[in-house]
Amino acid sequence: MTDIAIVAYHQSKAVSDVGACNEVELIMPVLTEVYRQLGIANAQDVDFVCSGSCDYLQGAAFAFVAGVDALGAVPPIRESHVEMDAAWALYESMLKIRMGHAESALIYGFGKSSPGELPIVLSQQLDPYYLAPLWLDSISLAAMQARILLDAGRISERDMAEVVSRSRRNALANPNAQLAGDISADDVLAEETYVSPLRRADCAPVSDGASAMIICTVEKAREWGVPYALITGIDHRMETHNLGMRDLTDSRSTRLAAEGAGVGAGKVDVAELYAPFSHQELILIRALGLGDETSVNPSGGVLAGNLMMASGLSRIGEVFNRIIAGEAERGIAHATSGPCLQHNLVTVVEKA
Amino acid sequence: MSQPDILNQAFELGFTYTRSTGPVVGRFLTELRDRNIVGIKASDGRVVVPPMEYDPDTAEALSEFVDVGEEGEVVSFAWVKEPRESHPSEQPFAWAMIKLDGADVPMVHWIRAGREADVSTGVRVRAVWAEETVGFITDINGFELVPEEMS
Repeated sequence: MTDIAIVAYHQSKAVSDVGACNEVELIMPVLTEVYRQLGIANAQDVDFVCSGSCDYLQGAAFAFVAGVDALGAVPPIRESHVEMDAAWALYESMLKIRMGHAESALIYGFGKSSPGELPIVLSQQLDPYYLAPLWLDSISLAAMQARILLDAGRISERDMAEVVSRSRRNALANPNAQLAGDISADDVLAEETYVSPLRRADCAPVSDGASAMIICTVEKAREWGVPYALITGIDHRMETHNLGMRDLTDSRSTRLAAEGAGVGAGKVDVAELYAPFSHQELILIRALGLGDETSVNPSGGVLAGNLMMASGLSRIGEVFNRIIAGEAERGIAHATSGPCLQHNLVTVVEKA
Repeated sequence: MSQPDILNQAFELGFTYTRSTGPVVGRFLTELRDRNIVGIKASDGRVVVPPMEYDPDTAEALSEFVDVGEEGEVVSFAWVKEPRESHPSEQPFAWAMIKLDGADVPMVHWIRAGREADVSTGVRVRAVWAEETVGFITDINGFELVPEEMS
């Protein structure tokens, strides 16, 4: 299969509340930055544009269409959207390029989660007959998953606290992080529980922001003359929406996606995992077969700032940044969607 | 100059259509209205509650309904100290995965309990029926703990 090059990436700072700044105003600065990285003028200079966002966050059908205002879509452009994290917009864009319908694509994801009550907003994406009418929130769902792992002795509360501590410490070096600090596992364990067995620190914060990326064929990357990394594998798999029928202690879909993406074909220097809850990082590390040679979430991951509908794309962007900086030669990025890691996408990024 | 009137219109955010729940979900909801809980047999024979229309592993259409008990065992739970406005209880409560007697797969619902310490994995609970049942999942108005000597 044709390798695809990542040539530009940028993410806004994750903030808890951008106030009156609207979605278009969140998107435009990240688009301007990726254009600048390539020396192009605007969306007219790429062949295809695909975005990822969630209308539930804005509380209006087709709200994502307003995001197109950030592109300046006149004269007409070829544009698409996924009601998913923008990591899946990247997947669609790769298909477009591989089919020969485009040489380059701009991808962006955005989420302004602060105006609503995010865990409750997400409850309305669950089964519409059996779960949504109960207003079962996303944090409580994750808490039930964590308890199954704790009861089974697969993890301890200290293991979870260590994930949080590493995230906050790594985030000190990430200027886009919302939560960063030199906190120890003991500091986390000293916190009272929030939705037991979870503590607040086990849960990703609510954040506003956006990220954008440009990908293209290798020929186009050479023409642009910028440093690039290669996407050498990508796959995504989904599990049933019936939580009771899933093994919540594992992530079968991540294992399958990792196999499909070829994660095992080489050493993994860095892994950026979309784990909105600390215990989920532990599930993912195991499902992906990662060992001590892999640096996990050097950015701090989403526990340090969680841009709904953009964090999955940002994981890929973070791995791209490490490779371009020469800190890693091969890395993997993971994106997730749905309750308790229901749907997972794995991408392999390598030095060109 | 007089102040112009502000234009107002009532608006209810919701679906402007109704939808048939079909022979599987509809059957479950209708049975709830009659204060009975049914599951369905999956391709491998496991009893799934609430019933699913298709088997998630084989994609086979499912149709064999099975009555299950209104009591069951807690498989996992989350303790909500501070209920949110839209939550089903104003008092602290537990969300739980509950395996009903006769079922092989746990369902998700909520438990009335005074204190977190009263709930644990493996504890037995019983459905509490709403005063008026209408064919919604909320016809089960939560579950209550079954005193140990009775279980």
